[in-house]
Amino acid sequence: MSIPDLFMLGAFVLGGAAALLVVTARNVVHAALYLVIALVAVAASFLWMGAEFLAWAQVLVYVGAVVVLILFGLMLTRAPIGPMAQHNENRKFAVAVSGGLFVLLVTVIVATFGDATVDVTPVRVADLGEVLYVQWAFPFMVLGFLLTVSLIGALVLARREEGEGPLPDDTDEGSDQGLEDAAQEPGPSDVTSAPGAGDAGQQIGAP
Amino acid sequence: MESIFTFDSLLFTVLVKVLVIVAFFFVAALVVGYLEHKVMGHMQDRTGPMEAGLGPVKHGVGQLVADGAKFLQKEDIIPRSADPWVFALAPGVALVPTLTILVVIPFGPGVWAENLDLGLFFALAASGVTVIGVLMAGWASANKFSLMGAIRDAAQLIAYELPLVLAGAAVALQAGTLSLVGIVERQNELLLFGAVPVWYGIPQFVGLGLFFVAAMAELNRPPFDMPIADSEIIAGHMTEYTGLRFAFFLLSEYAGMVVLSALATVLFLGGWYPWPGAELPDGPLGAVIGTVVTLAKIIILTLLMTWARATFPRLREDQLQTMAWTILIPLALAQIVVIAIVIVVLP
Repeated sequence: MSIPDLFMLGAFVLGGAAALLVVTARNVVHAALYLVIALVAVAASFLWMGAEFLAWAQVLVYVGAVVVLILFGLMLTRAPIGPMAQHNENRKFAVAVSGGLFVLLVTVIVATFGDATVDVTPVRVADLGEVLYVQWAFPFMVLGFLLTVSLIGALVLARREEGEGPLPDDTDEGSDQGLEDAAQEPGPSDVTSAPGAGDAGQQIGAP
Repeated sequence: MESIFTFDSLLFTVLVKVLVIVAFFFVAALVVGYLEHKVMGHMQDRTGPMEAGLGPVKHGVGQLVADGAKFLQKEDIIPRSADPWVFALAPGVALVPTLTILVVIPFGPGVWAENLDLGLFFALAASGVTVIGVLMAGWASANKFSLMGAIRDAAQLIAYELPLVLAGAAVALQAGTLSLVGIVERQNELLLFGAVPVWYGIPQFVGLGLFFVAAMAELNRPPFDMPIADSEIIAGHMTEYTGLRFAFFLLSEYAGMVVLSALATVLFLGGWYPWPGAELPDGPLGAVIGTVVTLAKIIILTLLMTWARATFPRLREDQLQTMAWTILIPLALAQIVVIAIVIVVLP
């Protein structure tokens, strides 16, 4: 085994262990922090496969923004220290689904690639830009437009019109309660982040 | 051009680079910290540290070394209700991103650790990770003030990360490269109206201002120190920290000043060139001159940050957010549009 292979193996083991801990952790903030390790391990794998831009984009977007929003949302709504009961009745179902998905993906990947060797050629960022902004410019712009629309839609949903709903002064408690309820229902942490993220957007968008 | 820290043996090269970066990290933080003590002291009509010295040199030059020794001796306290692991790791998580950005910053011709094709992108991606350390510290302290400080800090960092990245993107647009070395070299070739050599700080003066303000906000420097306001939330996420771990937070603030000033120097102020359009001699002499010029520019920028700290009162939390989202970000976006149009229209 060469040194890059060993690094790859290390990233796989570390990332896999962290990903497992994300779903088994007894504390939801710990789960979010394990998610950081898992995402960094994925970025490391990208790096070793020559996709430098993708690796740093992974760090910038997922570690620097998505996880921060998850943590921010958790801490804004509730921030329990110590283990707590994760009353999730669908645990067995979730294990079955994710296990089945894992087996399916591994089978498909092994069946497709087998032991084929792929040359690692580092991608120059200028080439990437050429492909993204010249060859695929239209789909790229459509995607950007879609994201902008969804952002504006989220703002519209989160924003309270004048004369609609209770006054802001008495809603503080009420909306916090609502957020807590919403945060308790779904199990996985990425779903939990939604209320927090929405709240951050609301706070920032409607000062 | 190859880095001057490159040797035949890969292992030795990596070792030398890591040692140089870590040494620079600590020395730069000490120098900037000392300068801030002294300069702010004189600005406020007092002398600052005078007694502690290194050998015959007095005027408080040894003050921060003595402070460091004091921090080392202090008891390392972890509150009983804190989350011990997260609490212990947080200062390190806050410190490492600053350290990694140093890898790509060029200080002179050949004086850099790595010339990444994506240097600017790497630096901006790494700087966004610091906030996780702050959030960890604030949450794990099991203290309401710490948590409040961490939340404020996260909101502030998310808000000011955008102008920082957008100002950097405008520079990359004009330079046509993301490599920090490439940006310095392209910048020195820029001719305004085809005749006057200038740095990007002149055509992109808006970007320079945005970058500098956003950098101060990213570092929680006054007047943007709401997240660590001592008079209302007793230093925010640092409230429960003692000894060496507290020193780590201070260190990452001062080193962060140096790193972001270095980035501003590279992006807007011509990097290692003493004046626009200058030429440096080849070889070691050029490397030495370049490094001295870069360090001088960094020190001037950090002194500006100190000046701002001694001059402006702290902003209120909602003023901070309003300023970022309604002034800085629209300005940054408008600047990118203008730069893009100018680049397409002018050959």
